[in-house]
Amino acid sequence: MYVVIVGAGEVGTTIAASLAADHDVVVVDVDDDRVESLKYDLDVLAFVGDGTTLSALEEARVDNADLFIASTDNDQTNLVACGTAKTIGDPFTIARTKSVEYLHTWKRTENAFGADFIVCTDLLTAENVVRVVGLPSAIDVDPFAGGLVQMAEFEIGHDSPVAGQTVAEADRFDSLTFAALFRHGEMILPTGETVIESADRAVVIGSPESVQSFAMDIAPDATPDSADEIVIIGGSPVGYQTARLLEERNFKPRLIEQDRDRARWIAEKLPHTMVMQHDATDTEFLSREHVDEADIVVSALESDEKNLLASVLAKRVGAQRVISIVDSGDYVTLFEEIGIDVAINPRKVTAEEIIKFSYETVAENIAVLENDQAEVVELELTADSELIDRPISELVSELGFQLVIGAITRDRSFVTPRGDTRLRAGDHVIIFVETRYVSDLTSMV
Amino acid sequence: MNFFSNIRVGWRASVGLTGEVLIYLAGPLAFPLVLALYYGESALPFVAAIVVSVSLGGYFRYLSDPDENLGPREAFLAVAMIWLLVAAVGAIPFVVAGVGTIAHPINALFESMSGLTTTGATVLQDFSLHSQSILMWRQLIQWLGGLGILILATAVLSELGVGGAQLMESETQTKDVNKLTPKISETARLIWGLYVGITVTAIAVFYSIGVSGLDPNMTLFNAVAHAFTSVATAGFSPEPESIGAFAPIVQWAVIPFMIVGSTSFILLYFFIDGQPERLLKNQEFHFYLGTLAFFSSLVALLLFFDTEIAYGTEETIRHALFNVTSLVTTTGYASIDFDLWSNGAKYLLFLCMFTGGMVGSTTCSIKSLRWLVALKSFRRILFTSIHPEAIKPVRISGKPVDEDTIRDIYSYLLLSIVIFGLLTIFIVVNGERAGSEIPAFDAMGAAASTFLNIGPAFGAAGPYGTYDVFPMSTKAVMIVLMWIGRIEIIPVLVLFTKAFWKS
Repeated sequence: MYVVIVGAGEVGTTIAASLAADHDVVVVDVDDDRVESLKYDLDVLAFVGDGTTLSALEEARVDNADLFIASTDNDQTNLVACGTAKTIGDPFTIARTKSVEYLHTWKRTENAFGADFIVCTDLLTAENVVRVVGLPSAIDVDPFAGGLVQMAEFEIGHDSPVAGQTVAEADRFDSLTFAALFRHGEMILPTGETVIESADRAVVIGSPESVQSFAMDIAPDATPDSADEIVIIGGSPVGYQTARLLEERNFKPRLIEQDRDRARWIAEKLPHTMVMQHDATDTEFLSREHVDEADIVVSALESDEKNLLASVLAKRVGAQRVISIVDSGDYVTLFEEIGIDVAINPRKVTAEEIIKFSYETVAENIAVLENDQAEVVELELTADSELIDRPISELVSELGFQLVIGAITRDRSFVTPRGDTRLRAGDHVIIFVETRYVSDLTSMV
Repeated sequence: MNFFSNIRVGWRASVGLTGEVLIYLAGPLAFPLVLALYYGESALPFVAAIVVSVSLGGYFRYLSDPDENLGPREAFLAVAMIWLLVAAVGAIPFVVAGVGTIAHPINALFESMSGLTTTGATVLQDFSLHSQSILMWRQLIQWLGGLGILILATAVLSELGVGGAQLMESETQTKDVNKLTPKISETARLIWGLYVGITVTAIAVFYSIGVSGLDPNMTLFNAVAHAFTSVATAGFSPEPESIGAFAPIVQWAVIPFMIVGSTSFILLYFFIDGQPERLLKNQEFHFYLGTLAFFSSLVALLLFFDTEIAYGTEETIRHALFNVTSLVTTTGYASIDFDLWSNGAKYLLFLCMFTGGMVGSTTCSIKSLRWLVALKSFRRILFTSIHPEAIKPVRISGKPVDEDTIRDIYSYLLLSIVIFGLLTIFIVVNGERAGSEIPAFDAMGAAASTFLNIGPAFGAAGPYGTYDVFPMSTKAVMIVLMWIGRIEIIPVLVLFTKAFWKS
């Protein structure tokens, strides 16, 4: 694949590094020092230029490109770069933005700004935080269809109430599909009568809310419920998005923000979040507001120094789990070494999300399970796909191999797959399939 | 002329607008004029009023300066002047007719101001003295004032544009006038159209009761007269016994129109325009209906256990619901002389006077939204005393209310209570001075009823009584307070500040 990356910052460099081995990568950046150092670090073509100009993109041969990634630190630059790239050729364009607003705009038409995909750093980071917060018992969690669908893998503990139940008993949720069980490393595609045993690993696909509720069922002690105290320190965009997503999942988080106007703004936006305006490093305040008894503290302040201080302090006063946002990738291990439970780096999260697009498959998104035994793939169905306009039950019985249709999203809303559901062109389907049949499946799309 | 040259208010703009409104006032005055000709009564009172209104209006137009803009200050001045002068012109027919108590200029102005501000307090003694056209003029002036004259002016004078929004804001003291359409005059026209539509429905309903023989007293005249003052939540009636003069079915029929008249017209518009949930899910609406239900059931309970008045079940419910609705919506009708009820029931009715219907309706008084915001912000104080750092916006129907608005509401409540207190004291003291003693509770009732634009009070000024019992000087003060109360205090009070005129 021929890949053009605009912006050689932390995100751009991470992406370039991971793609350089298998693909032809061109990197454009305005800063000659960065370009210079990149040339010696990675086997890529790097040159100085403004990625929003026609001349620079022509020089980068965007007309030949399969993938175009705009990953500078400036939202507008990235969007304009994608728009410009589309005038030269037809690569798959990905823009990175911080602001969620552009993502909303893009979601309305899906070709606004000339971007084929928008990765929103703040939102993506918040989604990561919420997964860590909400599903501590999961071995693996992956979002699909822009966050509408979640795949999660859980290990059933000995004391889990679900152990010994049949799948039909355990799966009480409408929008949840029980995709598979792994028992002693063996994959089982379960029926309603299959009995779940302890130490099984269960793969479920469904709406984030149903996955959350399922986690509650199988690990009631480890999974936070709405009675648990979640404190978010810092009303940064990531802090705000985290609170918003937690509200959507029926949590009632508390958020501490020092700036009065920002605190007021967040309080107006989020009716179920208790916003407090104070300095989060005031220990007297922390104990008065019982932050020391919090089950989870998320530190999402503007700088790494402040996050370090706030997280250490929260841990010190007695918070159970502390999750911190770490802006600089170099500090992630440092944070975790000094006892912060999870450190999340927004740039790394963004880079990982973008790298997924370089996989040479028609799948929009994939998750690999249990040493590559099986995959969960997201496919967008075209009008001439063999899968459309037939009831799912008929479809599945006629295939030469087994698969589980875990979820469908249609016009950006969740559709629960049933035996009589008919897939349509334009649907996104999230399918669980054994790895050896992935190519058979993708050939049918 | 030194005084005028120092003035920083573009008063000529306000005067010009007032002139315009006075000229247009000839239109509504023509209605009783035609009625007088039809009934063979003297048309002179209305001819005189039209001549005065048009010539004064013309002179004001002549004084106006087209270069001056109608800003916030000019809007305040115009609102205050328009309400005062329209009431003054409205009093002319009463004086010229020269019949009964309202022949006296102060009484005439009291009646007219009470009419225009939709108060409904009357100084009439003997209703039978007055001609049909004069009685209808009392009703019509209430209907004109019902939704606010300035909304009507904005609807008619489309050149007002931005100034129109300014006017409607200063008339109703709401921060942002809800626009239904991009143009404010369009919005005003839609709202007025709705007002006319509801009134026509009321006429049809009332008249059909009359025609069908269920209550022969409900003639076309009475149907129109009561449709005007029920939808406007105003309260005048050509009948001395108010709605009590009619059969129970009429009383039941009037209740929904009072309730609708006190519902936000913007939300009513959405309701019929295919977005009913905006009304049905509105918290102020819930609070308003809740207030009605709460007071009605309490009053009904007291009436039910009152051994002195032996009403049947239907009667108890009807009288409780009717009179509570009448006072909460600030209409001021009565289905019975509630002055004869027990003290407990009367005190409850007194409390009802302070509630009011929804913002953006024909209601007066303090209004549900203000109470709701005040109660919610009080609940917030309880919360923030435990969590001093918590930032907790007060929400109405899920939307945050900004802190300036909350502060304004608190000061409005405080101001209302202070003015009410002072007026009560004045009524008592001035009554003693003039030799006509007024009991304290009756004085409180009369003070609240005029200042909050409700109408009937207790004792001599009760629903079947008259405000003629008060000395002239008390009535003069009441005229001013009805005027101040109707335009929500601020537009008048700012006129008495130096900063308004100079800086």
